[in-house]
Amino acid sequence: MAKLPTTSGPRSRRERVETDETPAMAPERNKLQESGVATIDWLDERTSLSAGARWMMFRRIPKGTNWFYTLGSATMFAFLSQTVTGVFLAMYYDPSATRAYESVRYLTNEVFLGEFVRGMHKWGSTVMVILIFLHMARTFFFGAYKYPRELNWVIGVVLLILTLMMSFTGYLLPFDQRSFWATTVGVAINGTGPLVGPYLSDFMRAGPEFGATTLARFYAIHMLLLPGIIAAMIGAHLYLVARLGTTAPPWIRAESDPELREDSK
Amino acid sequence: MPVPDDRRQKPKTTVDAKIPGAYEGETVTRRRFMTASAHTAGGIATAAFTLPALGMAFGPVFEKEPERWEAVGPSEDFPDDTYIPRTITLSPGIGEVGKSTVYVRKYNAKLDSEVKDEYNDFVAISSRCMHLGCPVRYVEASERFICPCHGGVYDIEGKVADGPPVRPLDRFYTRVRNGIVEVGPRYSLNSELRRFSPRDPGQPIDGIGQYAYPSRPSIRKLPGT
Repeated sequence: MAKLPTTSGPRSRRERVETDETPAMAPERNKLQESGVATIDWLDERTSLSAGARWMMFRRIPKGTNWFYTLGSATMFAFLSQTVTGVFLAMYYDPSATRAYESVRYLTNEVFLGEFVRGMHKWGSTVMVILIFLHMARTFFFGAYKYPRELNWVIGVVLLILTLMMSFTGYLLPFDQRSFWATTVGVAINGTGPLVGPYLSDFMRAGPEFGATTLARFYAIHMLLLPGIIAAMIGAHLYLVARLGTTAPPWIRAESDPELREDSK
Repeated sequence: MPVPDDRRQKPKTTVDAKIPGAYEGETVTRRRFMTASAHTAGGIATAAFTLPALGMAFGPVFEKEPERWEAVGPSEDFPDDTYIPRTITLSPGIGEVGKSTVYVRKYNAKLDSEVKDEYNDFVAISSRCMHLGCPVRYVEASERFICPCHGGVYDIEGKVADGPPVRPLDRFYTRVRNGIVEVGPRYSLNSELRRFSPRDPGQPIDGIGQYAYPSRPSIRKLPGT
C-alpha cells in the first residue's frame, strides 16, 4: 500500500538536530528519539493534527500584545479546574434531598484531600466569575468586540450567562441551610419575570414546591447539561479567535505601508 | 449587469433532462429524493429521542400536584386572637426539607376581612414571605409577621405592613373533620384578601399582576372558591 506523502518542513529540521550527538550516547538517544518521532508521524499521517496545532498555536499577533490578553486563557483554565475537580467530587456526592448534606459532610471531613478538592471547586467558581468579567472588560475597553469579532462577543456573553447558571445550580448542591434558602430566593427571583417567570420556576423545581427531584434536576443541569454546552461554546470561541486573530491595544498606532505612504505624497 | 437566471435553463422534468429511466411527469430526480429521504429519516430519528427527553424535563410544569390534607390538632387548641405554629409537609418523601411552618388560629369575625366560607373556620397562614420566599415568624408582642431576610412585615391578618413584599401572606384551606383541624392546599390573596390560585413569592396579583403572573397548571385554588 502506498504511503501518504509526509510533510517535508519539520521533518528535515529534526534530522538536522540529530547530527551533533556525542558518539557514545548516540545510538540509544537516536532510538528513543526515533520512536517518539515515529509515533507523532504515525498520528500526523492519519490526522494532520500538527497542521491544526500549528494553525492554532503559531499565530501572528499584533504589536503591543500584553498580559491583559491572557485573561481569556485564565478563564478557560479556571473552567478546566472546575471540570476536573467537579468530576471527582461527583464520585462522592449523592444528589438526594435526604442524603446530599451527609455525602458532602463525608467528602469534606473524611475523604483524603476531599476538603481541598471541594475548596478548589468552591473558590474556583468565584475565581472563574471574576476572571470572565475581567476578560469581558479587557475586550470592551480595548474595542476588541468590533468588526469582524462581534459574533465572538456574542458567544462570550452566552458563556458568561452559562457560567452564572453554573454558579446558581452549583450553589444548591451542598444542601445546607444557606444553599437551600439562597436557591429558594433565587427561584423566586426567576419567577418575577412576567408571563414566563411562573412557568420557569415550576420547571426549575419540577413542580410548584421544592420537591423530591429538584436537587437531582439542579445536579444534572450543573454537571451534565451546562458543562457540555460551555465546552462546545469555548471551542467555537477559540476557533474564532484563531481565525480572526487578536486586536492591538488601542494605544498602538497602525503603521501604514511605506510604499503606500510614498504614493500618497 | 443583470444576473442570468439559471432556473430558466433548468429542465422542468426528468424527461426533459434526459435522465436515464425518466418517466413522464417526474419533476424530482431520484438523487434529490434519496437525499431528502435520508435527511427526513435522520430528523425523525433525532426527534424520536429528543422530544421524549424534553417531555420528561418539562412534564412536571403541566402535572397537577395531588391535593393533600393534613391534621394539625383538635380545634380547641387554636385561639382566635393569636397564632399557634404547626409543622406541615409540603413535599412528602424528602424529610425536613419538605416541611414548613404554618400559623393557625380560629376565624375571628371582628378581626378577619376575608370572606367567610366552609374553608376558613380556621385561618392557616403560610410562613413563606411574599417578597422572595424566606420563612417569616409571628411575633406575638407586636402582632406582626416578620421576615429575617429583607425586612418584610405583615399585620395579624397577613397583610403587608412594611417592607418589600408584594402581597399578603399565602394561606391554606382548612376544614374540621371529627373535631380535628386539617390544613389543605395553598392559595394566594390580593391586597383585598380575595382568593387566587397560588403564585410564587415576588409576584403581585393586584391589578395587572394577576395577568402578568398567570396561575400555573401544576397548582390551582380549589374550584368554586
